[in-house]
Order: sequence, then structure tokens, then C-alpha cells
Amino acid sequence: MTKGGGGSVILHRRISFRRLLPIKGTDRVRRRNVLPGLPLSLGVTLFYVGLIVVLPLAALVFKAASLGPEDYWRIVSSPRAVASYRVTVLSALGATVFNLFFGLSLAWVITRYRFPGRRIVDAVVDLPFALPTAVAGIALTALFANNGWFGSVLESYGIKVAYTPLGIMIAMCFTSLPFIVRTVQPVLEDLDPALEEAAQSLGGSDWAIFTKVILPLLAPALLAGVSLSFARCLGEFGAIIFIAGNLPMSTEITALLIFIRLEEYDYQAAAAIASVLLLTAFLMLAVTNWLQARALRYTARG
Amino acid sequence: MSAFPPRRKPPRVGDAPLFRRALIGVVLLLVALVIVAPLVIIGVEAFAKGWAVYRDTIVHPDTLHAVMLTVLAALIAVPINTAFGIAAAWAITKFDFRLKRFLLVVIEIPFSVSPIVAGVAYLFVYGLQGILGPLLDAYDIKILFAIPGIIIASMFVTAPFVARELIPLMQAQGRDLEEAATSLGASGFRTFLSVTLPNVKWALLYGVILCNARVMGEFGAVSVVSGNIRGQTNTLPLHIELLYHDYQTTGAFAAASILALIAVFTIIAKVALERQGAGRVRKTANPAEKTS
Repeated sequence: MTKGGGGSVILHRRISFRRLLPIKGTDRVRRRNVLPGLPLSLGVTLFYVGLIVVLPLAALVFKAASLGPEDYWRIVSSPRAVASYRVTVLSALGATVFNLFFGLSLAWVITRYRFPGRRIVDAVVDLPFALPTAVAGIALTALFANNGWFGSVLESYGIKVAYTPLGIMIAMCFTSLPFIVRTVQPVLEDLDPALEEAAQSLGGSDWAIFTKVILPLLAPALLAGVSLSFARCLGEFGAIIFIAGNLPMSTEITALLIFIRLEEYDYQAAAAIASVLLLTAFLMLAVTNWLQARALRYTARG
Repeated sequence: MSAFPPRRKPPRVGDAPLFRRALIGVVLLLVALVIVAPLVIIGVEAFAKGWAVYRDTIVHPDTLHAVMLTVLAALIAVPINTAFGIAAAWAITKFDFRLKRFLLVVIEIPFSVSPIVAGVAYLFVYGLQGILGPLLDAYDIKILFAIPGIIIASMFVTAPFVARELIPLMQAQGRDLEEAATSLGASGFRTFLSVTLPNVKWALLYGVILCNARVMGEFGAVSVVSGNIRGQTNTLPLHIELLYHDYQTTGAFAAASILALIAVFTIIAKVALERQGAGRVRKTANPAEKTS
């Protein structure tokens, strides 16, 4: 594939990054596909995705749309809903910023240093993925409650975590940490040492090389990880409801408000607010896909 | 101990001994506080009142029923999602068709949608106020607030897991081997079983284990559609919430310890499977290219 790319560099006078990448269909002679099973496998896939993913989400959008613009706007812009967006988005931002630094340091330590227990740390990073959110929720609450291991220490400094927005942030940090580590780690592993050595031979300080050489190379993966982590924070429910105070207007996240509306049999309000979360999820999905495509473009041929 | 230890290779960025030690120290401390401590406290709290109370919670009929229901959901949802994952990976990696990228994005939707939103969405399909609700009611079929609802909601949340593990790997392996097998006269299933499957078995197993862990631990979507009826539609995570809000903290942590054990097992399996080569594809864009 690289050979084909090299050829096109000669043909095109302007050398751009794009040209170095293989273009689909040009790198090998197109031939007829002889493999069997397309109708069956594609049929199963489309049927399942249609039934399990598309149908319910379409039903939700349909239900929310049947409200009419005025009612819809009244529900999604009600003070309690807006307060829940604010709590959710601000906590998610805080958690993501913390995870940006912690996740990057963690990925750095795992890939660049050798120390006893490194493999265990590497494995433990996946724990928040594997641990059910409800279990994480009660565990974090026990740790950060006033009489808990961390809560009692923080209490003596006047910091309250459980049942405050800080608790929401900590639950979000826990569940979304692996996203940043696992998107940055492969890029960090594949980083070409020659780039650093070149910068070192030019007399760059470690900090200058990190900010001017390494960080720009990591940036696409880091951004993709950040957007994945942020999206996960916005939708998190299980881990948060135990540690958050769940007080309307101050510690009530959007996902919980939807749940409460359901328990009140106010299905229209639940549909409307859920559609806001769904739209946000789609927006984040688009951003993440765009960022990941960019990240791959720069790292795949690093 | 000089500031510049003699080495043949120059130290890489961030290799200054003091910085290195400080960074490792800070990261290890944070890992212990943020990730390990929650796991430890589950064990501590579960056995806070001794072994007898722990055992009583685990063998209580409600807990056992929740365990049974959780296992049942996994037994149905995991094989279906595995079959879907294989079909999707085969269609996407072995053929070219229009809107393939779009299909890939749609498959990944459940990862970005909040489980609560998923639960609400299912309400509007199978619930009384949903599009299929009146029809199901007329035939007296109960899906919501019953076991089928729990299983379907779990299927939504975990739908992409197997497909996501298989697609990058099968993409990297290309189509040549399968094409050779087919041209020698092997049937499609034969080709899959004896050519594709041996190459992707570890990744497949990893996807299945992850999918299983998530089905068993799903909380948000299931809590919307289950109705939370004790002894009837309570899965293990819901049972934990119920005990916790009943102020039976020790009981809640005892039940949680079962799920925590499954999580630990999942991670150990992941490490073991990665040694076999699963999940390595994404690190190098295309291993086939590097060797050629």
C-alpha cells in the first residue's frame, strides 16, 4: 500500500498528507467478490439493528415530536430541566478535565516507564468498564460518605463530597476514566522515538519537546478520548444516583429527571427531556467520529 | 547518584529520575484512591457484619431469584448479540456496499446513548402508550415490566460489544484466505468455521466476556423497563439498589460483591486473552502491512 502511495507522490507535485494515504479501491485491482453470505449476514445485521436500535429511538423521537413545538419547548426549557442540564454539563466538564490530566498521566506512566506492578495498573484501568455502575455507585458513596474512609478525612477540611455536585463529578470521573487512557495509550506506544531524539539533538528541553512535539501528535487521540469521556458522563445514571443528593435544582442530573417524570407517569415530559439527551448523544457521536477519523489519519501511518 | 546517569542511549523525554518517580508515585496513588479503593470497600462492607450475615444475604430467596434472572438475561442476550456481532462483522469486513460507514455508526449508537434514554425509548415501543403497546395488550403479551423487557433492554445496551471487537481484526486480516477457501469449494459456513473463526477466536471470546459483564451489570435501562417487582423482575443490580434504599447496606454490598467478582474475572480474562493476541489490532493500523 505504501508503494502505491509513493507512486502518487511523484505524480502529484504538491505533496499532501492526504496523498500518502491509500485511497479505497485504488490500491488493489478491483475484482469480483466471490465470498458467500452477504444477503444473510447483511440481512441479519439490518434486521437486528432496525429492531433493537433504530425502532425504539425512532419511537422516542416520534413521541417527542408529537408534543408540538410550544409544549415541547415549555417542557425542555422548564427551570428544573435547565437546572438539571447545568448540573450534568458542568459536572461532566469538571470530570472530563480531571480525566484529561489523570488519563494522560496514567497512559504516559503505563507506556513510557517500567516499574513493578505496571501490568497490574494497566489491567486495573479497565475496572470502571467492567464494574456495574450501580456497584460503583454504592462503593463510591460508602467511601465518600461523612463516615467513610475518604469522606471523614475530607470532612475535617470542610469538604463535603457525598450528596453534593462534587460527588456527581467523582462518579463521572470513575466511569469515564478508561476512555481517555485507552484512546491515548496506543498512539503513545506507536510514537516514533526519532522525533523526540531529533528535538533533543536540537537542544529542546523536556517540557518544550513535550508541548511542541509530543502533545501535538497526541492531540487528535486525546480529543477523541475527551469527547468519548464527556459523552459517557452526560448519559451516566447508575453510578451517580447513589452519591448525588438528587435534590431538584441543585444535584439532580438530567437522566434522573427523566426517570422521575416516568415515575410520575408524565410520559410526554420524559420523552421530551430524553430527546434532548438523545440529540446531545448524536452530536457527541458525530464529533467523536470526526475526531477519531482525524486521529487515525495522523497515527495510522505515523 | 549523579543527575546524569551514564547511559548509552540518551534519556527520553520525561525520563529524569526525579520527575519519573514523582509522576509514577502520583499516578499510583490516584489509581489506588480512584479505582482500587471502590473495589476494596465492596469487600470490606460486604463482610462488615461477618460471614454469617454475608451468607444469609446471598442465599436469601430474593437474592437467589435476582441472580437467576440476571443469569437468564445473560444466557439469552449474550448469544443473540454474539450472532449479531458475527453477522455484522462478516457483512462489513468481507463486502463493500453503500452506506457501510453509516451502518458502522448506527451499530455504535448504544454506546453513546444514555441507558435511561434507551429505557424510555423501549417504553414508547412496547409500553401501553407506545406504538406496539395496544397490539401486544390485545393479545395479552407482556414485554414491559416483565422478563422479556429486561432482556431486550440489555440487548440494546450491549449490542455493539462483539461486533466492535471483531470488525477491526477482520478488517486487518483481509479477505484473501476466505476467497481461497471459497474458490476451493468450501461453503460459506465451512469457510467461516475453519478459516475465519480460528483467526478471530480470542477477540470473539473477549467480546463475549465484555458483553456478558455488561448484560449482568446493566442498571439504568433495566430499571426503567423492569418495574422493579421484588422476587419477580429484579435483576442483581436492581436488587442491590433495593437493599441499599432499604438501609440494608451490608446486604447490598454482599449482593454487589457477586458482580464485583464477575468484573474482576472479566479483567483477568481480558489480560489472558490479550496475551493470546486479542485486541491488538488497533495498536498497529494493519499488521499485515508491516510484515510485508
